[in-house]
Amino acid sequence: MFDVSQIRKDFPILTREVNGKPLVYLDNGASSQKPDVVIDAVTRAYREEYANVHRGLHYLSNLSTEKYESVRGIVAKFLNAADESEIILNTGTTEGINMVAYGWAMEHLKQGDNIVLSVMEHHANIVPWHFLRERLGIELKWVNIDDNGNLDPQSVIDAIDNKTKLVAITHMSNVLGTIVDVKTICHEAQSLGVATLIDGSQGAVHMPVDVQDIGCDFYPITGHKLCGPTGSGAIYVKAERMVEMRPFLGGGDMIKEVHKDTVIYNDPPMKFEAGTPGIVQTIGFGVALNYMMNIGLNNIAEYEAELKEYALTKLTSLNWLRLQGQPDNRGAIFSFTMENAGHAHDISTILDKKGVAVRAGQHCAGPLMDHLGITASCRASFAFYNTKSEVDTLVEALQLANDLFG
Amino acid sequence: MINNDFQQIIDDFDFFDDWEDKYRYVIEEGKKMPVLDESLKVDSNKVNGCASQVWLHFSNSDKLYFDGDSDAIIVKGLIALLRKLYNGTPIKDLKNIDALENLKKLGLDDHLSAQRSNGLKAMVERIQSLG
Repeated sequence: MFDVSQIRKDFPILTREVNGKPLVYLDNGASSQKPDVVIDAVTRAYREEYANVHRGLHYLSNLSTEKYESVRGIVAKFLNAADESEIILNTGTTEGINMVAYGWAMEHLKQGDNIVLSVMEHHANIVPWHFLRERLGIELKWVNIDDNGNLDPQSVIDAIDNKTKLVAITHMSNVLGTIVDVKTICHEAQSLGVATLIDGSQGAVHMPVDVQDIGCDFYPITGHKLCGPTGSGAIYVKAERMVEMRPFLGGGDMIKEVHKDTVIYNDPPMKFEAGTPGIVQTIGFGVALNYMMNIGLNNIAEYEAELKEYALTKLTSLNWLRLQGQPDNRGAIFSFTMENAGHAHDISTILDKKGVAVRAGQHCAGPLMDHLGITASCRASFAFYNTKSEVDTLVEALQLANDLFG
Repeated sequence: MINNDFQQIIDDFDFFDDWEDKYRYVIEEGKKMPVLDESLKVDSNKVNGCASQVWLHFSNSDKLYFDGDSDAIIVKGLIALLRKLYNGTPIKDLKNIDALENLKKLGLDDHLSAQRSNGLKAMVERIQSLG
């Protein structure tokens, strides 16, 4: 039984006030808050269990290594990967995608090849491909969304040609909340021999993910958006793609033997984890995923769907609010501008005074902003610890802003 | 050293009980401000370091006069307050005006912190650089 009032007790920050008002934290798309179990795990790791991993045979190093390595299995379970060796631990989605760009795409793409992207990608799933465009002379093929913010999987499939080597698409838009039918895209791309990367930065936060069912080759996720510490994350890489990948970062841990003239790399996935990793962050990340799985990813998704419907009804009833996108299948992320506000920062400034934290700006989605014809928007992004009463507070604060600007 | 226009704002603000009235006032000041001609919204008049777009156009004189505009209406109101604080000040006296101190009197100094990207700090720096 999902009880939001009980869940809120797990997050100490939710009891604080901001500007004299109870905090209403609706910036979860940027980063989630942390439950006590994660905060405690991080503290405990430093106070009682800390040493470097994968080196030395002393007690603490073994303990730390065991705790760190167990996270691989937790992530594999969270994403339903076939084997935990398909999980590379890292600092988050940005690192994951850059690793694919340098470690895989740099090896397999040449001048004239292309990568298919949608216009609603986050900069983390755009800029690494621009690097390759600059260095290799590849082409980026952009697929548009429709007027409601839907991405038709067929339009992505239609964009694939005989020069396409990779399709890199978000599971869920960080601006519009659109949930993409990535399974259809990945299965079709696979049958055409094209690799697929699904940006799970938002998607994995809001719905159960099954990478085997989706059929993607790469699925990066971000720990700090999943109730985990900053600087934690992972990427799922299908075993056969892992074999095709060169290491991106060189250093300790990823190496078996180093000589003056030769090197022998460690076996995957260790081959892709150079240097001392974010040990404590990763341990905290594992605890965070277990925390969410204990609540139940389906329970979370169901509750968020209810919250989303409530927020959608309330927000669409404000006729001066310009909601960006009305996708058919969406999560609880809403972007908007306002008839009378000159700039998204006007709105967020007033909301902040009411204790409501939203993000205002471009949301690291320049091409989408261009597509929508706006320079910035406000974004309210919900988590499973938000409530309907917080939706009401948001709406009241928006009404006040509209009144002030009018 | 405060001119009468700005002193008037300080006096008006004394009557306000809450931030909403202050913001309403600031926004109104912005709306009352003379319109900056579109032809003056050029890159050389643009103030960098603002999340929204901000233009300040200075007139050549031994006293400071400027007009301005922003696509954010709260920022536009802040420009209006700065005009009242600064306009007519002899250039040689600019260094004697402490914008932070004066905005503190209005309870708006939180807009001056570096983390706030609305650019008030950048605007004040641009103005003071003329002194």
